[in-house]
Amino acid sequence: MNKNSNLSIFFNGILKENPVLMLILGTCPTLATTSNVFGAFGMGVATLMVLVCSNILISMLRKIIPDNVRIPCYIVIIAGFVTVVQMLINAFFPELYDMLGVYIALIVVNCIILGRAEMFASKNTVIKSALDGLGMGIGFTLALCSIATIREVLGAASFAGIAIPFLADYKIEFFVKAPGGMMVYALMIALVYAITSGKGPKKKSFSCSGCPGANKCHSKECEKEDK
Amino acid sequence: MDAFKNLVVILLSSVLVNNYVLSRFLGICPFLGVSKKINQAVGMGTSVTIVMLLATLATWPIQHFVLDSFGLSYMQTIVFILIIASLVQMLEIFLKKFVPSLHKDLGVYLPLITTNCAVLGVSINNITDSYTFVESIVSSLGVGLGFLLAMVLFSGLRSRIDEDEVPKGFRGVAITLLAASFISLAFMGLTGIVDNIFA
Repeated sequence: MNKNSNLSIFFNGILKENPVLMLILGTCPTLATTSNVFGAFGMGVATLMVLVCSNILISMLRKIIPDNVRIPCYIVIIAGFVTVVQMLINAFFPELYDMLGVYIALIVVNCIILGRAEMFASKNTVIKSALDGLGMGIGFTLALCSIATIREVLGAASFAGIAIPFLADYKIEFFVKAPGGMMVYALMIALVYAITSGKGPKKKSFSCSGCPGANKCHSKECEKEDK
Repeated sequence: MDAFKNLVVILLSSVLVNNYVLSRFLGICPFLGVSKKINQAVGMGTSVTIVMLLATLATWPIQHFVLDSFGLSYMQTIVFILIIASLVQMLEIFLKKFVPSLHKDLGVYLPLITTNCAVLGVSINNITDSYTFVESIVSSLGVGLGFLLAMVLFSGLRSRIDEDEVPKGFRGVAITLLAASFISLAFMGLTGIVDNIFA
C-alpha cells in the first residue's frame, strides 16, 4: 500500500499511530471518561467531530494563517468547534452532557487535536486532513471504548449501563475508580507493546517530544531531553 | 467563623480528596512528563499554582461581570482558553523583564502550561460549582498545591523506578502509569477525611 494514499492515511490513525495506545496522547480524557462505555463512546465521537472539523478548516486556512501566530489561531478554531459540539450534546443528549461535564470543554486542550493540527493539517490538503482526522478520531474512540469495556465489566458488572446478571456479585469497584483507570491503561499499553513486540512507531517516553508546545518553546530543557 | 471553616474545607478537600491529578485526571500530561527529577517537579508545580491563581483572578470577574451580564456564557470555553494563553505569555514576558532569576527557574515550564487542562479545568469548575470570588481563589490555590504535592511525591517514586530492572513491555509509559495508579490508590484512602475535621 502506498504510504501516502488516502486509504493508508485513514488507517494510520486507527492502527499504526493510534493516538491513545501508540502515541500516548490525550491521556486526560482517556482516563477520565472510561469508567463506562456510554461516556467513553460519547467522548470519542465528540472528539472525532472536533478533530475532523478543525483539521478541515485549518488545512483550508494553512496558507493564510501567519506562521508565528499559528498556535493561538489553531486554539481559537478548535475552541469554536468545541463550543458547537458542547451545545449540540447539551441539546440532544443532556444525559451525556451531565456525565461528561467539564471534560467536554476540555476537548480544547486535548493534545491529539492540537497535535494533528500542527503536525498534519498545516502541511496537507483538505481531503487528506479530513481523512487523517477521521482515522485518528475512530482510533481514539475504539481505544477509549475498549478500555471502558474492561473497566465497566469488571468494576460495575454492566456494559453501557446494561447490567450483566451473573457478574453482579463479583464487582471489583477498584476498576471504576481513578487508580483502576490508570492501571487498566498501563496494562493495555504493555499489552500493545507485547503484541507489536515494540515494532510500532518509536515508543515515546513522556517528554517534550510528545508535547504540542515543544515546537514553540525551544527551551534548552526540551532540546536536552530530545537528545 | 463558619465562612472560615468553609474555606478551610474547600482548601483541604481540593488538596487531598479531590486532587485534580490523582482523582479527576486533569493535568496528567505534565504530571507524567515533567516528574523525572524533583527540582523539575517543584518548578512545574509552582508555575502551575501561580498560573491557576492568576487565571482564576481573571476568569471569575470576566464570567460574572462580562459574560453573564451580556448573555454570552456560551462563549466561556473560547474566552477562558484565550485568557489563559495570553496570561501565560504576559507572565513570561513580565518575569523575563523584571525577575530574570525566577524566569530562569520557571520560564521553561510556562509555555507548556497553556495546554494544561488542569488550569482550564479549575477555572471552569469554579464557575460550575458556583463558588464566590474568595472561595474560587482558595479552591484554585488548593488545586495548585495538590498538584505540587502529587508531582513531588511522584517524582520521588519515579527516581526509584529508574534504578530498577523493569520488564521489557512495561518500560517507559506503562510502568509510569502503574506507579501513578498506586499513588492514586494511596490518595483514595483520604476520602471522607476532610468532612470529619470539624465534626
